Amino acid sequence: MTQSLELTTDLQQLATDIVTKARKAGATDAEVVIREGDEFSTAVRLGEVETLKESGSRGVGLRVFVGQRVASTSSSDFTPEGIEHLISGALALARVTSEDPFAGLADTGEFGQLDHDLDLYHEDVYSLPTAERIDFARRCEAAAMSADTRIQNSDGGSFDAATGRKVFANSRGFVGEYRSSYCSVSTSPIAMSRNGEMQRDYWYSAARTLAKLDSPESVGAEAARRTLRRLDGRRVPTQRAPIVFAPEIARSLIGAIFDAANGDSIYRGASFFTGKLGEQVAAESINVIDDGTIVGGHGSSPFDGEGLPTRRKVIVENGVLKTYLLNTYTARKLNMQSTGNAVRGLAGNPGIGNGNLYLEAGSFSPEEILREIKTGFYVTELLGQGVNMVTGDYSRGASGLWIENGELTYPVQEVTVAGNLKEMFRNITAIGNDLVFRGSVTSPTLRIDGMTIAGE
Amino acid sequence: MTTSAASHKRYFFEKFGLSERLLERCLGEALSAGGDYADLYFESVSATSIGIDESLVKSASQGVSAGCGIRVVSGERTGYAYTDNLSAERLLHAARTAALIASGPAKQPVAGFTETQSPNLYPIPAADLDSDLSTKLDLVMRADRAARAYDARIKQVRASYSDELKRILIAASDGTYASDTQPLARLNVFVLANDGQQTTRGTAGGGGRVDISYFLAEKTPEHFANEAARTSILQLGAVAAPAGEMEVVLGPGWPGVLLHEAVGHGLEADFNRKKTSAFAGLIGRQVASSKVTVVDNGTMPSRRGSLNIDDEGSPTQETVLIENGILKGYLSDKLSARLMNMPHTGNGRRESYQQIPMPRMTNTYMLSGDDAPEDILRSVKRGLYAVNFGGGSVDITSGKFVFSASEAYLIEDGKITAPVRDATLIGNGPEALKYVSMVGNDLQLDEGVGTCGKDGQSVPVGVGMPTIKLDRMTVGGTGN
Repeated sequence: MTQSLELTTDLQQLATDIVTKARKAGATDAEVVIREGDEFSTAVRLGEVETLKESGSRGVGLRVFVGQRVASTSSSDFTPEGIEHLISGALALARVTSEDPFAGLADTGEFGQLDHDLDLYHEDVYSLPTAERIDFARRCEAAAMSADTRIQNSDGGSFDAATGRKVFANSRGFVGEYRSSYCSVSTSPIAMSRNGEMQRDYWYSAARTLAKLDSPESVGAEAARRTLRRLDGRRVPTQRAPIVFAPEIARSLIGAIFDAANGDSIYRGASFFTGKLGEQVAAESINVIDDGTIVGGHGSSPFDGEGLPTRRKVIVENGVLKTYLLNTYTARKLNMQSTGNAVRGLAGNPGIGNGNLYLEAGSFSPEEILREIKTGFYVTELLGQGVNMVTGDYSRGASGLWIENGELTYPVQEVTVAGNLKEMFRNITAIGNDLVFRGSVTSPTLRIDGMTIAGE
Repeated sequence: MTTSAASHKRYFFEKFGLSERLLERCLGEALSAGGDYADLYFESVSATSIGIDESLVKSASQGVSAGCGIRVVSGERTGYAYTDNLSAERLLHAARTAALIASGPAKQPVAGFTETQSPNLYPIPAADLDSDLSTKLDLVMRADRAARAYDARIKQVRASYSDELKRILIAASDGTYASDTQPLARLNVFVLANDGQQTTRGTAGGGGRVDISYFLAEKTPEHFANEAARTSILQLGAVAAPAGEMEVVLGPGWPGVLLHEAVGHGLEADFNRKKTSAFAGLIGRQVASSKVTVVDNGTMPSRRGSLNIDDEGSPTQETVLIENGILKGYLSDKLSARLMNMPHTGNGRRESYQQIPMPRMTNTYMLSGDDAPEDILRSVKRGLYAVNFGGGSVDITSGKFVFSASEAYLIEDGKITAPVRDATLIGNGPEALKYVSMVGNDLQLDEGVGTCGKDGQSVPVGVGMPTIKLDRMTVGGTGN
């Protein structure tokens, strides 16, 4: 596609031009990101098209350094006047910020990008004609609705696709770009029990290419299964009991391990992992890995938000905290090296984010994990944000299924599960063998002991 | 009023080369394949934010964005396209893309626009919005100093000031023609306290559709800094929150997030049109104790959730949701009002030009009752007194909702005793408010921190409540 090659050159040229102009205008260093994105989404409900959306947009972000001062601007205006404004605005802002000895771009030798093809972009996500996209969404919803007579309503089925392109350049000579694609199919059926109680659940499949998307029918069937098993849920008495987190829920706990090791929280002392490098922070069976280099991975990229190559890191090995997750700034604050985890949007300073983050699979099947439990709670959904990363206090709404004598029995709802993450990580007593990379953060089934269930 | 409406419009016409003729052409193109309704939503946003961290101004950023979203509605179907290039060519292309939703003979928009007359809930001289950076800088520096001065155990302070100015222009095939300039400002303080043994956090913040003078005169940086510092110090002495069902007293103001989660979302018309809400079909039924009256009100001057017009160009209003415990109405946008044949309440909102509007709350609060707050606390034998919350969430269909207390105390024999650690409270929306047995005479609105998420779209909202007592609610702690 000659046309897109020309476009590529244009945007890279624009990015490096802005860097050059910013330098001329007085910046000692500058960094530019340009993002372009296209999306379309298709939603059906009860078999009828509900929305069709199709569009694209782009934006440019500039970060300048004047000595040890930093500031940033962003814009959707790509006209010459818009770009001038972007540059003059950033330099004006940099006059009011403070000298920070730790501010600055990474050292020249650190920049780079992976040279193998990460397989992040497939044009096929856009290849379906509108009628077929609608059909994908419709088939997914129909599969859920035909699963059981108790499903007579739905929040719809959808098929979404998006492509994005990111161009990055800085005054230390780094220029890079990559494209990525995304497609997903999902549905959210609503089931009603005989007494009129309604429950909703959801299932989806997401991939970088249509070829790897689960069939709409299988997604719909799973959505129906998840919804139906919630009907006629009850509350349980307040108690302590083993809790088994289903994989799609356990992933949030792996996310919490990442957050606890986030360098930004570490240098401030805002995380309970501060000062714990080299110490036992989780059960010995725990290995947590963040890897931005996996071919085709949902969380892969050739370089991070500062132009450093992404890499594979073992965050927790046999329960011992091995590394913090760092960008350039937090690495300097901690007198360490960046781990290539910088993320940045158009505006502001880079933050820290994960690549493909996962807990290594264990050896037990989910059934084996359940079989060991006399009385316990199998959690399939968490509600709310009740996680305090400073203290580790954890308290969230939950629903799922009650475990009795090793078997799943009746559904449970309107209860909370609570504990403290510091202890919860240590009290992981079983890890499933069911690790599937459905997104950028994944976990197998996990059992955690010692938590409190609050109910009746 | 007319002069300000004219100036909003002039901004778009001059800056982006729009004209009424072009708007009409776009609407005509949008209805070129039929459809019942089409609208154009133009938006131009400029935003500034500045942050202090470790007593250094580590971040300052400014951003501008502009774009237009074009919608075509045909029955229950919506076609949508947006563009960040406001040239006639791109606008007409977006209109044709949105038009693909319909398939029929072309329709004509009504001839001639009727300008929406709207109040001026946030009258801010344009010049004040561009107040210089040094004044904004001074706010965050003052917050940093005040928090550190509060107590030697305050070890980390971050403060940020952010403001935005959003200009919108809406033209629709039903003749709607409306524009607004919407300021929004917020000051936030985050602190960490450490007593040598443990670390705790505290946050506070607020603002609204105000300019910087609000933070100089009404709610100062010191106010927010002291509040954040006070909470973190308090948490140093906190005990485990209790677990299980008990009496719960909620303090006035931000705990009104209970209403937002327990009933507000469930009363948004789209969920009820689709019968996916636990509140579907309950109009006229008792959904709360007779002491409970809840309203949504987008017309309160300067508040974070207020709007002169909603994002479909309709005036906002005060809507009674629950009156003396009886469910009275839903919050609607144009589409749901038409399809449900129900009153249109002016609650059509969207995050940006890239999104389709839907029914959303504005400022949602419970009216005051007769009880003195002291009497409410005195009536509790053993329970929880929660005065501040992080945030909440709801499952619309099952009605189950949670909200997470960030400042709460045990009540023992009618007296407030120990502060407790963070805990989530859980309940069932259509049931929870039936257990409201006392309602205080002290209605307060929150300080302007609420951001509501729905279907991936965030919009600023307000909440409010007097002190109330719920006879039972489940508290998700770990203690006894």
